[in-house]
Amino acid sequence: MPPGPGGEALLTVAALCLERGGRELFRDLAFAVRPGQLVQIEGANGAGKTSLLRILAGLSRYGYSGSVARHCPLLYLGHLSAVKALLTPRENLAWHVAGESSYSRPQIDEALAKVGLYGYEDVPSHALSAGQHRRVNLARLYLSQCPLWLLDEPFTAIDKSGVAELELLLVEHVRRGGAVVLTSHQSLQVAYPVQILSLSEGLAA
Amino acid sequence: MWSFFHKLGSPPWLYRIAGTILRWLLPITLVALCVGMTWGLLYTAPDFRQGNSYRIIYIHVPAAVVALAGYYVMALAGAVSLIWKMKMADVAMKACAPIGAALTFIALVTGAIWGKPTWGTWWVWDARITSMLILLFLYLGVVALYEAYDNKEAAGKACAVLSLVGMVNIPIIYKSVDWWYSLHQPASIKFTGDSTIDPSMLYPLLLMIAAFYAVFTCCLLMNMRAEILEREARTNWVKKLALEYRT
Amino acid sequence: MTVPRTPPGTAAFCLALLRRQLTLAARRPIEIGNPLLFFAMVVALFPLGLGPAPDQLAGFAPGILWIIALLSSLLTSDTVFRSDFEDGSLEQLLLAPQPLFMSVLAYICAHWLVTGLLLALVSPLFALMIKLPAAAIGALVASLLLGTAVLSLVGGIGAALTVGLKRGGMLISLLILPFYMPVLIFGSAAVQNATLGIPAAPYLAVLGALLCLAIALAPLAIAAGLRISVDA
Repeated sequence: MPPGPGGEALLTVAALCLERGGRELFRDLAFAVRPGQLVQIEGANGAGKTSLLRILAGLSRYGYSGSVARHCPLLYLGHLSAVKALLTPRENLAWHVAGESSYSRPQIDEALAKVGLYGYEDVPSHALSAGQHRRVNLARLYLSQCPLWLLDEPFTAIDKSGVAELELLLVEHVRRGGAVVLTSHQSLQVAYPVQILSLSEGLAA
Repeated sequence: MWSFFHKLGSPPWLYRIAGTILRWLLPITLVALCVGMTWGLLYTAPDFRQGNSYRIIYIHVPAAVVALAGYYVMALAGAVSLIWKMKMADVAMKACAPIGAALTFIALVTGAIWGKPTWGTWWVWDARITSMLILLFLYLGVVALYEAYDNKEAAGKACAVLSLVGMVNIPIIYKSVDWWYSLHQPASIKFTGDSTIDPSMLYPLLLMIAAFYAVFTCCLLMNMRAEILEREARTNWVKKLALEYRT
Repeated sequence: MTVPRTPPGTAAFCLALLRRQLTLAARRPIEIGNPLLFFAMVVALFPLGLGPAPDQLAGFAPGILWIIALLSSLLTSDTVFRSDFEDGSLEQLLLAPQPLFMSVLAYICAHWLVTGLLLALVSPLFALMIKLPAAAIGALVASLLLGTAVLSLVGGIGAALTVGLKRGGMLISLLILPFYMPVLIFGSAAVQNATLGIPAAPYLAVLGALLCLAIALAPLAIAAGLRISVDA
């Protein structure tokens, strides 16, 4: 597995411009995300971080100009947790609508244990807290085989120890040859080079 | 060919060309309407059975014909906007809906006015009238959906999908309404059956149909110009245009 | 992280979706019961409004039963995608590698199973209450089975186009009621024919044809509508 950045691009972006409500959020954005890259998108509120991530994921299909090419399966976690209150955490993962994989029960239980939900597998999700909902969602990161992760504010509503574990997981993923693009207001405390994409300046550092 | 297609997608170009077309089409339309109206309403012979009341067909039939055609124009514009992501097709589609709804409404009202002396009642659940009423609902649905969205670009796409669904459904609805009508055929109404029309009545009717197509086109272009200005209000070319207009 | 996992095939994925939707419905049984209750209540309105004379009711029964079935299907179709839109499941569904056409069919199928199918199965009871001749009950159930499936598919289009809107409830009726009309015409004609002792099969065949067309085309419109709604 390649330890550092390199290899075929997982995602390439060229000449991307976005305008919302007559205001230009960014223009001529061009970059490629390669295996081993950990990219953090920075910018003030309303700078277009979420919009950019949704364009990268393919959820936004118009309103922008430029091209986005996705070369591998991707996993997108948005603001909404996609956790059904009427289903248990285990069912939520087993019948997940993202359809990336059919997981066995031990795999799901292991992932739930890793996000600190051991013992909650069969509790209806409406009995869980907002932070626990986020954690059910994050359990997908332990299960997923997608090389490219697009995470929108993954640290929201997660406690301190959870944040540290998540940071470790991200580093582990990029070391294995994956890539992560995330938005966050806090800087990452990781022992790995983080590339910053600042939207206020519109260039990749 | 492609460069023409490209130009069609450019708002300033479309705005200007629509203005040029209007400058010619508008007078022609007005003349055709006046000639057709006077010819149809004053210089044709009265019908031997219906007397003078039949003359309303010079408004009713063209309105109905163009209203139906307008739905297809709208749906095709919607298809172009969805397939080629052309914003100006969106504009055209959005501009069609209120015009089509107005024409359908005119057709329904004139039909009712004609029905009173002919059938002795304002409203009959006849196959064609019912189909026209459903067409009005289809148009109003598109208008309502467009207004419900805050994001106007999404509104355009959603209306495009809806009008395409409508386009597939209109033949089915028309056929099934016909069938329904033949099932419950009331005995009294037999006026709209096959009847031949005298050429002296037909020519003004054809002229009026052409004039209504022209009216539709004029309204469409004017509507599109207004919509383009609204959408492009923040761009430089519109600001320049506004300055020119003021001086 | 040892065994590489591949995405499940389309069939397996759709079955999982179907199971998920049915489980969700079963955990909220009142929502399954509501359309049936609505059906029963509106049936009770007609004798109150039209008078209890059995002959008169029997004459109107095919139309009444079909209109109520149509309305209860309409009222439930708004909910097909709404909760998934609100909690973010819908975005994840759009990103799934499996074709959206088939996943959408799974959603609609689940909706039909808990509304249309149940409605068709309990309709003989309401038919007896409203004095529909017993000979027509077979045609009623058959026409409802076929017709409500079309209604679910067409209703799904309206649901997909309005799911992103806060005030979608009334709008969806404006959008899709015109498209319901052919189903109403042929559905009630089938029942009407059966009451007169004429074979209902031709009308059932037309309903079947409408169903085939709807299965082939409606998921395309629903998928397009969902992509637009998630993007808005």
